[in-house]
Amino acid sequence: MKYSYYPGCSLKGTGKAYEESVLAIFETMGVEANEIDDWNCCGATAYMGVDESMAFGLAGRNLALAEREGATDVVVPCNACYLSLNKANKYIEEYPQVKEKTDKALAAGGLKYGGSLKVRHPLDVFVNDIGLSRIKDAVKTPLKDLKVAPYYGCQIVRPYAAFDSQRNPTSMDQLLDVLGADVVDYPLKTRCCSGSQTGSLPEVGLRLVYILLKEAKRRGADVIVTICPLCQFNLESYQDEVSKRYKEDLAIPILYFTQVMGLALGLSAQKVGLTRNLVHVFPTLDKREVGHV
Amino acid sequence: MTTPKSMKYESERDHDFSEWITGVVGSERIRNCIQCGICSSTCPVSHYMDYTPRRLINMARQGFKDEVLRSKTIWLCTSCYSCTTECPKLIKVTDVMYALKRKAIQERVYPRRFAIPILGKEFYKMVRAKGRITESRLMMIFMLKTNLLRIFTMSKMGLRLIRTGRMDYKPESVKRIKELQAVMDASSDRKGVSTS
Amino acid sequence: MSNRLTEPPTGADEPRIGVFVCHCGTNIASKVDVHDVCEYAGTLPGVAFSTEYKYMCSDPGQEFIAAAIKEHKLNRIVVSACSPLLHEDTFRNAVAKGGLNPYYFHMVNIREHGAWVHEDKASATAKSKDLVRAAVYRIVFHEALERKRVSVDPKVLVVGGGIAGIHAALTLAEAGKKVYLVEREPTIGGHMAQFDKTFPTLDCSACILTPKMSKVKSHPNITLWTYSEVAEVDGFVGNFKVKVKRKPRYIVEDACVGCMDCIDVCVFKEAKFEDEFNLGLSKRKPVYIPFPQATPQIVTIDPDTCIEVKTGKCKKTCVEICGDRNAIDFSQKEKIEEIEVGNIILATGFKTYDPARSPEYGYGRLENVYTGLEIERLINSSGPTGGHVVCRDGNKPKTVGIIHCVGSRDEKSNKWCSRVCCMYSLKLAHLIKEHTGAEVYNFYIDIRTPGKGYEEFYDRLQGEGVHFIRGRVSEIADWIVSPEEEGKLIIRVEDTLSGFVRRIPVDMAVLAVGLEPRPDAQEVRKMFNISCATEGWFLERHPKLAPVDTFTDGIFIAGGCQGPKDIPDTVAQAGSAAAQVMALIDKGYVELEPNTAYIDEKECSGCKSCIPLCPYTAISFDAGSLKAVINEALCKGCGTCVASCPSGSISQNLFEDAEIYSEIEGVLADV
Repeated sequence: MKYSYYPGCSLKGTGKAYEESVLAIFETMGVEANEIDDWNCCGATAYMGVDESMAFGLAGRNLALAEREGATDVVVPCNACYLSLNKANKYIEEYPQVKEKTDKALAAGGLKYGGSLKVRHPLDVFVNDIGLSRIKDAVKTPLKDLKVAPYYGCQIVRPYAAFDSQRNPTSMDQLLDVLGADVVDYPLKTRCCSGSQTGSLPEVGLRLVYILLKEAKRRGADVIVTICPLCQFNLESYQDEVSKRYKEDLAIPILYFTQVMGLALGLSAQKVGLTRNLVHVFPTLDKREVGHV
Repeated sequence: MTTPKSMKYESERDHDFSEWITGVVGSERIRNCIQCGICSSTCPVSHYMDYTPRRLINMARQGFKDEVLRSKTIWLCTSCYSCTTECPKLIKVTDVMYALKRKAIQERVYPRRFAIPILGKEFYKMVRAKGRITESRLMMIFMLKTNLLRIFTMSKMGLRLIRTGRMDYKPESVKRIKELQAVMDASSDRKGVSTS
Repeated sequence: MSNRLTEPPTGADEPRIGVFVCHCGTNIASKVDVHDVCEYAGTLPGVAFSTEYKYMCSDPGQEFIAAAIKEHKLNRIVVSACSPLLHEDTFRNAVAKGGLNPYYFHMVNIREHGAWVHEDKASATAKSKDLVRAAVYRIVFHEALERKRVSVDPKVLVVGGGIAGIHAALTLAEAGKKVYLVEREPTIGGHMAQFDKTFPTLDCSACILTPKMSKVKSHPNITLWTYSEVAEVDGFVGNFKVKVKRKPRYIVEDACVGCMDCIDVCVFKEAKFEDEFNLGLSKRKPVYIPFPQATPQIVTIDPDTCIEVKTGKCKKTCVEICGDRNAIDFSQKEKIEEIEVGNIILATGFKTYDPARSPEYGYGRLENVYTGLEIERLINSSGPTGGHVVCRDGNKPKTVGIIHCVGSRDEKSNKWCSRVCCMYSLKLAHLIKEHTGAEVYNFYIDIRTPGKGYEEFYDRLQGEGVHFIRGRVSEIADWIVSPEEEGKLIIRVEDTLSGFVRRIPVDMAVLAVGLEPRPDAQEVRKMFNISCATEGWFLERHPKLAPVDTFTDGIFIAGGCQGPKDIPDTVAQAGSAAAQVMALIDKGYVELEPNTAYIDEKECSGCKSCIPLCPYTAISFDAGSLKAVINEALCKGCGTCVASCPSGSISQNLFEDAEIYSEIEGVLADV
């Protein structure tokens, strides 16, 4: 299995552990992922609001570069990047005026995008390409008794993805189940974590983070598992501030789903970036007697 | 005590604005809105908005340009797309919000000291110059421009991020920046935008 | 004139054409220069008279045509007006009144094809002239034709035993017509039998329905076949041949007296299978009777759960207790009944929307989320809780939220308004309040109460203190933000009239699910050769003027299969369908359009290629002459065989080659 890989800015910064764990799982499962040479910002959401055509141009350049390298599927781990690239890909196909503008912009840089790519999320790849049974076979230390709240975030299935239900996605639930974890029914699985608002409008953002953390704890979760670097950052980094504001202990480890996979597949904590977490999962694992290397 | 005026006269409606918004990609169906309010209800932040998304859509299609573009609502949208997913009339509400944000910036009526448009602008500048975002730098610049005090509350978190290797001050950049800038300039909707 | 491909007749039959151009008020005249078209028509070859009139279809207009035929010795008539679907018959009658064969007539539609589809007058007028010229070229080749009559079998088939089928069958039976009523389920009654009360009068549904049900059972003119399905339909108006599949219910219907002793002694001591009639809210045994007033009042044995049917190894306590009545017969096999009827009424009903398709409402996941129909059963005294409206834990709810438009008015599920949900939600609000004293919230987008007495009912409910919150609910959930929400269902909605979002905790949520076509609507449509609108509702011939007719003569529709409607409208349609059928029966015959295909026997090579192509199975092969033969009564004049015949030996009345070619020549003629 061979994919083109688009990391995006966060995976080179605050989301380093995500990149490390994604690549480690790819390696373990025999997936070849080639980073797009000279990729640029995806044209993320803040950008759509400033200049939409330019956002499509930015996304278009990444798609054009990947297509030129002979890719068919681009794997994008960051939800925001996934949405930007997927949306651009869809709108270029759906709206002739978007295609015309993007074509022109790419031509100015000597580039061309033929519209042949599929934008994929690693979760989609794991569940639908590799398959749950192969993953199950690869599990070395099942995450028995570890209660996990699966948190998809907003921009993965909504509104352009087709690999899972937009209102009640279940692919990560199934994946975690295969890893032996005890999956908590978490009705807020696609509710927004507030994204960039936490930094810009704390009173709004922190409230959203509070609701997500509180409900996960109320349902007995040991950890929240996420698939987006922005969600991971939001839910983890503001725990002190939120706990203080609402006078409740809201500390809970926030792991990438690929880190959790790493634990089950027997990879080292180092290898899947577990040492980069601010709220460590190790005490929980010890308490639950979940094996880790 | 002042008595606010709530009566609206037909002369206050901007027909060009209403025509414009229904022509924007993603906003085509706002004429079909049945004002059911599911967008506002599913929105995680609508209770912080001055007008709920439903009201804003009605005001936009009726041409109340001034109220719409000066509304805080468009800057509060977190782009979570749940309104777009839920709308029974297939209105891409998130895209409508984007369109209104862009218009507000173009017409220079956005709240100048409001954090969100500033973040958008800084984001824009950094991508124009480097092609990628260096999160640590973006955060720093942003805080300098909006809320100096918050730097102190955030500094503890910053230190922890540095310690775990998640805060790198080395700027990220693409190699072929000229190629990228050519694409950006050719695609821009806003001719003559200053990027400095 | 001599450069025409086909030469018009000369001599005594030399055409003297009359052209009549209609204004249709301003419908045509505002976009077409009618006077110009009329003058132009007068210049065309063979036209002896041309005129214009404001309303050609009016009585004076028709008289005018009849008089002109005599006065100007006209032998061909062209009327240039609206759609032949509406007025072809009108004008044919006028032509006949003038003493001409009605098929010496052709109609041109310059309204739908001219005035209504053009923006500027010049092009609409030019096109109207082209169309009139085409008709003038064509009409000279028309020949006199005769309509054939076939008799109408006075027996009627009614498919579906809900209130629509029941009412239609009884109306016909009372008028002395023999009716077969075929119902798929073990009992008639349909959805109405599941309701507790009916809006807006709140009369008990069973009280008004069951007398009609038992009348159906006892009526000498009605043959009732429950647990049966139509398997095949052949023939045409007045003469249908129908096969009905009678599923084995393992009960001898005439022998069973409905004592229900067999149910008591069934080897399953406890009822453990989902009770369909109570929507799974209670259990039944493999031998069961759906509800106390089921008609016919006999038991049914469910082959999927009965041990004897499945394995043949049961003690058969049921057979034992039945004793000498011998009403239980495990050797029963599926049986096909063949019947002949002249007309068919389809009253196959609807299905309710499955709210599991809207996961945001938690149906099937959150235990106190119910559908409206489930609440009907809870309220009903013969229902699963004996008429107590309680949550799954057995406690009365203190607060109840009713959510309107679930699966309606939504491009992602069903676009249409389901028309009954507002009223049944109001009714349920009233009944729930009456039974529990709970606070009731109605969440609606628009309240639609256009029926007689409906707005008054809404007014009454408002007075009773039911809360009305205008907004589409985005979610019913069990996650909380404040302690008082613990253990409740939280309904999240924008109160659009107040302009803010609210979270309202309730003990019970009721989903007012919408109405959908049945999942097998397409198969039924094909079997009866009728049309469906894109959504799957059976299509009426005309939404206003032929609401219970279909495009297939002799097949009528009534009730929920045609579109969402309430009981009063369903009954009105059923009566209307019965009246249409009676009109055909009492007339005794139908006249067939003469536009049928016919075979030139000398030319037919007997290749049989036309036979499988005919969608109406009107063509057969004559083994004696080795030629194809067309049954005129079955032929619908679709032209498929004409176009496909390799030897060109099939022609069609009113669509002869000369007629078609000259029409094309006329429309293309250089002027």
